Amino acid sequence: MVADAIHISLSAETIFHVGSFAITNSMFTSSLVSLLLIGLALVANRKLTDTDRPTGLQNFMEWVVEALFSLVHSITRDVRKTNRFFPLIATFFLFILLNNWFGLLPGVGTILKTEPTPAPALPLFRAGTADLNTTLALAIISILATQLFGVRAQKLSYFKKFINFSSPIMFFVGILELISEFAKVISFAFRLFGNIFAGEVLLVVIAALLPLGVPLPFYGLEIFVGFIQALVFSMLSLVFFNMATISHEEH
Amino acid sequence: MRNIEEKRMTTDFAVAFVMGMGTIGPALGIGMLVAKGLEAIGRNPEAASKIQTNMILGIAFAEAIAIYALVVALILKFV
Repeated sequence: MVADAIHISLSAETIFHVGSFAITNSMFTSSLVSLLLIGLALVANRKLTDTDRPTGLQNFMEWVVEALFSLVHSITRDVRKTNRFFPLIATFFLFILLNNWFGLLPGVGTILKTEPTPAPALPLFRAGTADLNTTLALAIISILATQLFGVRAQKLSYFKKFINFSSPIMFFVGILELISEFAKVISFAFRLFGNIFAGEVLLVVIAALLPLGVPLPFYGLEIFVGFIQALVFSMLSLVFFNMATISHEEH
Repeated sequence: MRNIEEKRMTTDFAVAFVMGMGTIGPALGIGMLVAKGLEAIGRNPEAASKIQTNMILGIAFAEAIAIYALVVALILKFV
């Protein structure tokens, strides 16, 4: 049976402990990705020069930042809002994108940890976003930030969206709005986790069925899906942030 | 022994059923999205890139519904 020969685990596995704190392979990988991003930002920042014609790393980083900035600005159409939302949205996008693509590197999921002899050998790396805990954390951050931006822009009248006694219908709509905030967390978390994890399973299964050449187009598909999901997550967060800052009376 | 075999049979059926039912909606959704998107590109070829971007975003949302079904199927299969 093919299904017995391949190792698929829905949850991330513990690879080592720091004190009594268990470190799973996806936590380990997402920490690596974070370090990579921080390192890249520090190196680019140190080499920053004031020139009209940036080259090399500076050119690339400027392109990334400018593209993300104009993306945020195309939704908000307001420089103050753009400045406020941009750091979080750009972080979401870059972190998720790098995590998704890191999971596609050769060696992720295939380099196994056999010492100190865990019964089935565990993969040392696992894409951070292929673990529900990571995506749930990102989703909670996004929705909490939505509430914070909403309160900051509209003060206490933001909560009128949820608790409204002006008419029975509005009261009921408020309850629905409250439920939809929790539904957003779940749909954010499952969309990202499902897409990335399903992609990994797809690649593993295809590679087990026909190892030569056939997985290649699926590999390209997964690179595309990784990009699209990072874009979807950050765009949706951005739209929610933007909606929270616009009061109901205004529009 | 027979019990285990029967349980596996029902799980396999549930997995197949979840995937089969769960993909009907997204399939229709994606079909409609692409049909309308292509129609719009046909009418206004200059806006092709803008339509395409939004179409792909919409497809990603519709696809997510199928992915929910897939997650349920994977949980049934591997947990």
